[in-house]
Amino acid sequence: MILWWIGDAVLLLVVLPVVVILLRGVLAAAKGIVPSVQEIAKVAAAGSKDLDAAALLLTTQQQVADTVAGVANYGGSLDVILDDAS
Amino acid sequence: MTPVLAFAAAGGVTILAVLLIVLALVYYLVSVIVQLRTIAGGLDEVIAGVGEIVQKSAPVNEIVTNINEQLDAGVELLEGLLVQKAGMADAVGLVDGMYPGAAAAGFRNFPESASVKAPRIGEVYTRGTLTLARLGREAPIAAGNPAGPALRNVEGGSLAARLLYPEGRQERPKALPRSPVIGTDAPVQYEQRDDIGAPRKRLPDRPSVS
Repeated sequence: MILWWIGDAVLLLVVLPVVVILLRGVLAAAKGIVPSVQEIAKVAAAGSKDLDAAALLLTTQQQVADTVAGVANYGGSLDVILDDAS
Repeated sequence: MTPVLAFAAAGGVTILAVLLIVLALVYYLVSVIVQLRTIAGGLDEVIAGVGEIVQKSAPVNEIVTNINEQLDAGVELLEGLLVQKAGMADAVGLVDGMYPGAAAAGFRNFPESASVKAPRIGEVYTRGTLTLARLGREAPIAAGNPAGPALRNVEGGSLAARLLYPEGRQERPKALPRSPVIGTDAPVQYEQRDDIGAPRKRLPDRPSVS
């Protein structure tokens, strides 16, 4: 009978506080992750939005090709007009 | 207390303790589940954003590589043309004249150009040639050049503009003798000559020839 009461006391005074403390720690850790995940989601969305201009690289590529072609034409003309150094 | 009541009390306390533990478990575990669901929702947004980033940046590598190849071809063309037409030494000097210190790096496709001593381009080409070259590369001309000293001083533009012309146009007497100071308070006083302002001396009469 005494052992039963001792068991009850252990349950109420030891097991229950330990369970509560451990679960509160897990909950606090889970709550701490939420703001970080939300910030990461915002940054990912912003990064994706920043890359919207990446499509313009196709235009840049075409313009660079046209510019280099123009430079090549000028270079060919200069090659004809100017004498070589040696 | 009778034994039956004692057993009932102990059993009731046990049930109460177990019930409290189960309630604590339920409360905190449900809270953790809610938080984990929020985290899962946030991670879904992250995955969607990262997926967009991956999708949008996928062709960047290929396009930038292609652009670099085009620019490399342009650089090869211009370097080759410059070296062919001006010669290695003058080409290095011209580039170093426009971008001070660039001669040390040399041309990309001419490794030997790094060891060429760049001539002072002002002695090879006129200043006007260099100015025209700079106009093509660094207009507006009055802006400060980050690669070196400014071609023109934007604050003293009138004086700097004179330097744009060949030296022969801007030469001027540098140390002319100063005009003498005259007057009673002049630093140098000269003795007054008596003959100045005096009546003209009469010359002796010439003897008549007849």
